[in-house]
Amino acid sequence: MKNYLNKRNLITLVVVGLIFFAIQFMIKERIITAYMRSNLYWIGIYIILGLSLNMIIGITGQLSLGHAGFMSIGAFAAAVVLKTNPTMTGLYIGIGIGVLISLAVSFVVAVPTLRLKGDYLAIATLGVAEIIRIVLNNLGITGGASGISNIKMLMSWPLLYTFVILTIFLTHNFKNSAIGRACISIKEDEIAAEAMGINTTKYKVIAFMFGAALAAMAGSLFSTTYYIVKPDSFGVNTSINILILVVFGGMGSLSGTIIATFIIGFVNIVLQPYAEIRMILYALILIIVMIFRPQGLLGSQELSTKLLPNFKWKRKEKSS
Amino acid sequence: MLEFLNQIINGLSLGSIYALVALGYTMVYGIIRLINFAHGEIYMFGAFAGMLAITVLRLPFFLALIFAMVVSALLGVVIERVAYKPLRKSSKTAALITAIGISFLLQNVTAMVMGNNTSAFPQVFDQKVYDFGGIRINSLQILIFGVTIVLMFLLQFIVLKTKLGRAMRSVAVDKDASVLMGVNVDNTITITFAIGSALAAAAGVLIGLYHIRVVFWMGTAPGLKAFVAAVFGGIGSIPGAMIGGFAIGLMEAMVAGYGGSMWSPYRDAVVYLLLIIVLLVKPSGLLGKNVKEKV
Amino acid sequence: MSLLQIEKLTRNFGGLSAVSNVSLEVEEHELVGLIGPNGAGKTTLFNVLTGVYTPSSGRVMFQKGDKSIELSKLPPYKITRMGVARTFQNIRLFKELSVLDNVKIAMNHEARYGLFGALLRVGNYFKSEALIEEKAHAFLKEVNLDELAETKAKNLPYGKQRQLEIARALATGAKLLFLDEPAAGMNPQETHALTGFIKEIKEKMNLTIVLIEHDMSLVMEICERIFVLDYGKLIASGTPDEIKNNPRVIEAYLGDEVEL
Repeated sequence: MKNYLNKRNLITLVVVGLIFFAIQFMIKERIITAYMRSNLYWIGIYIILGLSLNMIIGITGQLSLGHAGFMSIGAFAAAVVLKTNPTMTGLYIGIGIGVLISLAVSFVVAVPTLRLKGDYLAIATLGVAEIIRIVLNNLGITGGASGISNIKMLMSWPLLYTFVILTIFLTHNFKNSAIGRACISIKEDEIAAEAMGINTTKYKVIAFMFGAALAAMAGSLFSTTYYIVKPDSFGVNTSINILILVVFGGMGSLSGTIIATFIIGFVNIVLQPYAEIRMILYALILIIVMIFRPQGLLGSQELSTKLLPNFKWKRKEKSS
Repeated sequence: MLEFLNQIINGLSLGSIYALVALGYTMVYGIIRLINFAHGEIYMFGAFAGMLAITVLRLPFFLALIFAMVVSALLGVVIERVAYKPLRKSSKTAALITAIGISFLLQNVTAMVMGNNTSAFPQVFDQKVYDFGGIRINSLQILIFGVTIVLMFLLQFIVLKTKLGRAMRSVAVDKDASVLMGVNVDNTITITFAIGSALAAAAGVLIGLYHIRVVFWMGTAPGLKAFVAAVFGGIGSIPGAMIGGFAIGLMEAMVAGYGGSMWSPYRDAVVYLLLIIVLLVKPSGLLGKNVKEKV
Repeated sequence: MSLLQIEKLTRNFGGLSAVSNVSLEVEEHELVGLIGPNGAGKTTLFNVLTGVYTPSSGRVMFQKGDKSIELSKLPPYKITRMGVARTFQNIRLFKELSVLDNVKIAMNHEARYGLFGALLRVGNYFKSEALIEEKAHAFLKEVNLDELAETKAKNLPYGKQRQLEIARALATGAKLLFLDEPAAGMNPQETHALTGFIKEIKEKMNLTIVLIEHDMSLVMEICERIFVLDYGKLIASGTPDEIKNNPRVIEAYLGDEVEL
């Protein structure tokens, strides 16, 4: 435990707490309206989705186009449980079940498909997500094509914030560990990684399952926020919406994904009435980023005080 | 037995559409190793172009078909020059993401211009159903199949018998060597996009005519299934795409026809499952070649 | 028992034998060269030895302690874990990562914590990370790269990149090293420095080294024994002096105009 207690972590903790209370205060005082709050929920849920996909695409370099499939598993798991048990306990059970199913499905998918390279993998994962969607469309328990509606709305700022911080904590730790380094080496050069003794298949599967589990968690939060889930809400377009966050923010950069989600979230608010223009803008972002700045906003860098040249005292801390 | 033959006829006409679209995937992949994710949208665009040619320009059907093919070929060329060419030296992932962006862009621009709802495709031919002792053939199915076969022969002629075709084949084998042999690689790639796009547009017009409607999202699923067809036949191989297209069409028709209420809703899922199985068991497909990364 | 035993190894591509029926042995603490004209199958042989390709027939045995291990049955990462590592003809560093991280990845097997340790930073996480960091720095000092620890690999000068690739292979804990054209693209000064570096690490870390090289002055200077491949077949082996005067070797090289 003592390892956690250093200056940097304490500062982080204080900042995390301050943000929480500041927003909580603004919600209480109605400075943040119900409309803005629902946008805030969108941003929070998509931060989780973006970070989870970043584990697969940005950290490990495996292009997955099926992320919405894993999101839908969590969404429907929570929806089904919340229909019979509309309480917080029900939500947690739903998240748990969703994560477990998502882990199982992603394992079955990952072991064979991650042998595939690049674009083949992308198409295979897309196919998997489509299969999940078609199965949900025809399954009785999930309400078929019309899905499940009138799900108990349990979303709140404290709940959202807890899960977002939890996701940031887990993904940050994942990235900065021996497992994360192994994954990054696979992205950099798979053949060299293998020659360094890295079991590439194992780490690809781990990253894929980790991302899928977090996506399911986000899906559960999605269903209790918007109280209706339909299989068709989790098609290719949703996977691509998540992909945009990762591409725009910078593959491998967690802070980049978070910033990108905020930017896209605000664009959504501004362009709310013009759905097509919004989508066209997203499409243009994808194309222009790839042509002119393929590494995204932040590349694989993280936004940190280290980027500020004047903060010399930060450097010293590294060696301690 | 009759039911079986009827499903074969359905499968062949559906397969014609997949085969035409698959040809574009396979030719582009063969020449620049890119999965042109926007290819399904070219098919959609072609359907709209054909529809507008008939309703607005008042062209007869076959002229409208050619018009749609030409306009879509131009669109394909513009996309290649503006979006893909700058990325030819970038990673495959970057190129694929750009293609996804293009696909998104085309869909939403169409939705904005033409509206979110389906538009009617004019019924220029009276649909006749011929009954040969229980085997029923729709006149439009004959048209689809006939046009497809003609286009395939035309393509085979271009690829195998013309100078352009020789250039396409040489660039597919080795770009650098082709440059040394005096082949204009950039133009060859552009023309490949044009031909692929024209074929997809023809498929789009035919399907619009058959379903009597067009809509902005109509390219997504057939695009994906045609890609599966290209992979199944062996991506990069032109005869492979043709065989793959017909195979996928037949398979889908069989699942739909024989699956009953239990399995027929899964006809699309079966196609995607086939994709995953092919990728795992024989990623080079029926007629493709294996390529291994050089160490 | 020799450290490395290659027994009747063949690797075919289609109808072509890139390596055909090669048998050879490498003793512990030897430095041997593998030479031959372009396309003789040297790199293919390395690729089979390190598990990138599986052999069409024959086998590769490696002596680890008292145990004899059949390398040709293992995937590449397991071969590395056995203490056999390699470098690549066309440098394959983790370009976007720092020199330190390149070495840390090679030391990944030293991490004594699992997924939960990593995600929650519990158990041995902090201890293990500190140890890896320390070991990586110590290792970089030993190979004279510590000053460049924070530099991105792609920003290193060419000679240093080659050096880092060798260092990274060593950081896996390897005792047997395959170097694929370590001096390729180097100027005479860089080659000289590299020669010294190879000799130094070999003595310091008690290594066995097999290297492919076209720079004959380097091969003749540091190799104790030389194997010559031509058209996938082993056509000669012996000390540098024996090889220089071997008529079959001279014949194989005639077209290549290499000064022996």
